[in-house]
Amino acid sequence: MKKNWPLWEVFVRSKNGLEHRHFGSLHAPDAEMAINNARDVYTRRNEGVSIWVVESKNIKASNPEHNGEMFEPAADKAYRHPTFYELPDDVEHM
Amino acid sequence: MSNVEKNTSQNEKSKSLEDIFEAKIARDEKIEPKDWMPEKYRKTHIRQISQHAHSEIVGMLPEGNWISRAPSLRRKVALLAKVQDEAGHGLYLYSACETLGISREEMYEQLHSGKAKYSSIFNYPTLTWADMGAIGWLVDGAAIINQVPLCSTSFGPYARAMVRVCKEESFHQRQGYEIMMTLCNGTQEQKDMAQDALNRWWWPSLMMLGPTDDESIHTEQSMKWKLKRKTNDELRQQFIDQTVPQADILGLKIPDEDLKYNNDTGHYDFGKIDWDEFWQVVKGHGPCNKERLKARNEAWDNGAWVRDAAVAYAEKHTDDESIRKAI
Repeated sequence: MKKNWPLWEVFVRSKNGLEHRHFGSLHAPDAEMAINNARDVYTRRNEGVSIWVVESKNIKASNPEHNGEMFEPAADKAYRHPTFYELPDDVEHM
Repeated sequence: MSNVEKNTSQNEKSKSLEDIFEAKIARDEKIEPKDWMPEKYRKTHIRQISQHAHSEIVGMLPEGNWISRAPSLRRKVALLAKVQDEAGHGLYLYSACETLGISREEMYEQLHSGKAKYSSIFNYPTLTWADMGAIGWLVDGAAIINQVPLCSTSFGPYARAMVRVCKEESFHQRQGYEIMMTLCNGTQEQKDMAQDALNRWWWPSLMMLGPTDDESIHTEQSMKWKLKRKTNDELRQQFIDQTVPQADILGLKIPDEDLKYNNDTGHYDFGKIDWDEFWQVVKGHGPCNKERLKARNEAWDNGAWVRDAAVAYAEKHTDDESIRKAI
């Protein structure tokens, strides 16, 4: 039998109050071992209090070649930011 | 459109892509795995990152040799933690390299078949306990000098892996220096042991920073891609300048009759490096090349049944209740 261990992406919450952040990836035969391996590979010095793993093949990513149509429409919409609106200097708490 | 026209327009397109790419690097923007990159950039990074990963993995062997014979529990846990870090560093780097489209299995195959290179320093034997001190102090010291500039290299996954590696590496050097310090404050026999280790590891550590600039074929391109920030000779000078005073504190003598502080340059002048030895070891004729590859191959082959059993278990337990769903 020759079957390679699949690739998993590892997300770690550094401490309560913070979101899980992508830390890296690793190979493991199943989710349980992916979590155990992630513990040893990515949290040897108290870097986390919670680990998520997801098999890399289940992640869908946007294509950087389409970044123009994806993200540029936001660039000319300054009216979505508070600084777009002009107020007299003596208006406070706004 | 004729074929010639088509080719020309394709060349122009990739030319402009390359211009955009180079400009991005010049602005210190990172390149991420799915971004367009020249084939040469991809290949060079696969070569360098995989060699770096292999070095971490093979680097466990010379030190692993001494874990069971460490002189105290304190030394043993420290050495064990250091070797475990090296396994971790190898894994960070393999993962970073995989984002460039090479599989883990391919990289292992390249290492195990002897096709891939790893740092030559690990082809020297670890004869005494003092070698654990000298390796931490000198080999990890040289590695840190090499690695710190890589934290700001242009390829995102490599830079991120290096940030983590560098954070963890400084304990490696300090634990090595502490071993040397203890030996140097011990009996004459212990001090001799420390001196002997320095004598054997000094020159290979200088070679570890790579061939001289005029011999280094990749330097120019690598500087452009920020895969290198300083040349090999600059890094070597930096290593010597910072290590000589550390040897003085230990009361040890660097095995180089020509080593002398130069008041005009503000740097140490040093003797001639035996590059023939370096190339011999690179080509596979070092003292331990065969032994290292044999150990790696045996570990991989003997672990095959464990990897297979884990896959078989995973296939039987596809929906394991013990793992909580994240959301």
